[in-house]
Amino acid sequence: MVKLSDYEPIVGPQVMEELKLLSKNLAGKKVIHVNSTSVGGGVAEILDRMVPLMNELGLETRWEVIKGGEAFYAVTKKIHNALHGAPQGLEESEYEIFLDVQEENLKAMRFDGDVIFIHDPQPVGLVKARKSLGNRWIWRCHVDVSSPHPGVWNFLKAYVEQYDKSVFSAPLFSQKLSIPQALICPSIDPLSEKNREMSGEEIDGIMSRLKIPLDKPLVTQVSRFDRLKDPVGVIRAFKQARKYREARLLLVGGTADDDPEGAQVLLETRQAAGNDPDVLILSLPPTSHLEINAIQRVSTVILQKSLKEGFGLTITEALWKGKPVIAGAVGGIPLQIAHKYSGILTHSVEGTAYWLKQLLQDPSYATKLGENGREHVRQNFLLTRHIRDYLLLFLSLDYPGQSAVAL
Amino acid sequence: MPLNRVQEPFVFKSQMSLVEMTGRRAGDLAEFGLHLKEVPEASVYYHTHHFLQQHQFLVPEPPNDFAYWVASVLQEEELGERLAAIDTVQFHTLGELRGAITAAIDRHLEKQKTLRKAPPGEEFYFMKCILFTFPTTYVAYDLKEFLGCLERVSVGCLYNHIFEARLRPPLGMNDFSYWLRKSLDEEDLAKRIESLDPYTHTMDGLRKGIIRLIARRLGEESGG
Repeated sequence: MVKLSDYEPIVGPQVMEELKLLSKNLAGKKVIHVNSTSVGGGVAEILDRMVPLMNELGLETRWEVIKGGEAFYAVTKKIHNALHGAPQGLEESEYEIFLDVQEENLKAMRFDGDVIFIHDPQPVGLVKARKSLGNRWIWRCHVDVSSPHPGVWNFLKAYVEQYDKSVFSAPLFSQKLSIPQALICPSIDPLSEKNREMSGEEIDGIMSRLKIPLDKPLVTQVSRFDRLKDPVGVIRAFKQARKYREARLLLVGGTADDDPEGAQVLLETRQAAGNDPDVLILSLPPTSHLEINAIQRVSTVILQKSLKEGFGLTITEALWKGKPVIAGAVGGIPLQIAHKYSGILTHSVEGTAYWLKQLLQDPSYATKLGENGREHVRQNFLLTRHIRDYLLLFLSLDYPGQSAVAL
Repeated sequence: MPLNRVQEPFVFKSQMSLVEMTGRRAGDLAEFGLHLKEVPEASVYYHTHHFLQQHQFLVPEPPNDFAYWVASVLQEEELGERLAAIDTVQFHTLGELRGAITAAIDRHLEKQKTLRKAPPGEEFYFMKCILFTFPTTYVAYDLKEFLGCLERVSVGCLYNHIFEARLRPPLGMNDFSYWLRKSLDEEDLAKRIESLDPYTHTMDGLRKGIIRLIARRLGEESGG
């Protein structure tokens, strides 16, 4: 099992020392995390790693998962899509299914913690237990709610406002709420398969297995084949930039078998690539963490030409590997990239082409951007910072309305 | 002058902040100026100071979120430059600092006929922070120990004693200079540290600068 001390060589002894000092103020507090799945998805991934580390820091932390049948998860999928802006709302019967499952879980679960930390909309209604228990409740929204379906959001909002605090991942997602809204960005785990250091030999092995030649600078975009990731725009930008400097483009994304729109976008992407031998399109299974890690490490420039984005953890991953990143100035991306300091922000195909050309021709500037990006991630977007923010969040519950707290 | 050792040590304290959203956002300069006059001081503090902590490895630029947004997003370069040039170090209260920033915006708005809109998604979101301060395990009874601690404390700790301290009484003074002067009677050293403009260094550059000054003083004493 990973231990706190494993992070010390990465973030430095001072960060670890201060995490321990901070956590002393919360020693013995009981925290219960609740979400809807124990495997798969970013929330489970982060809790899986974070819960043991929180316990090591002296907070009695446990993680519980709500139970719901197929009908419930069909409803929550609809809620998820509606929060992402899908026009379709929910039927009255669907709200009933949602609420019934909340009641069933309220009966089955114990909320005997000092802090009850509810993740995402699926268990939001459990807050009903708060009144009789008198403990503190936090609702953490991991979803992009920048333009939610109003009906669905208002339904959830009535529950959200019963919490002590809410947490969102980017300023863009903030809402008009009667309770405080903390901004806590997601994080990456530098020790996970996606991000751990790799040996040259290991990387070479993967490159030869995936048949990715490295005789030219590699320009990569890692993302699913989705119009919002603009893969066709990436190809157009690459073709413009390549007039000045030889390079190869690699678009790598998940398999699109179960996603009809994804399959269509993949087809359009292949059409845009044509027979160009310097445009590679690669579909990998969603478990290819080490392969993506290796690809990011051999890339010269990483693109993320998103037209809409949540936080954009693939960018965090690329920055962590010290790569110069050119990304669309949308969603949480500007939090990660200060334009011309820790990466490049663009708004168009032309802008992307221009900066790609610049970075391919000026490797020392590209290197500097990459170095700054890596440091920015080290200080702001690693798991240890996420833990620190959660500790501060728990502490803040004892000082409502205060802007300065002396511990 | 011989080095002093004191009974009451200097306790290095660190700080961390939890960011909260105010729910206010601006899409153009007029909205921006309006919100800026109304947001809590914790928001002015956050936007004029967090960059230093979050981008501590960079050349000390850009200096504050306001200047960065106005110049990079609204492409109002002249005003961006003026906001960047507002000398944060001169202001001992956040109210005065806010006043200087809003005055520059108002002057610009008076002569501006059309307003540039931020592209969708790049609006300015006003944030604020809850600041937590806590003692670390580092304490110093004399200058030599002080130097030893300074080499090891976190950036948050430096930040607390240099930037945050200036906004607490005695206003405008960093904690290091105050202690060196009051407790160790190191007037000259205190003055030298005071004269460093903390806003023009990276945090690490600042640490090195102070360490250099103290090491020189210790060198003088040992005859080096």
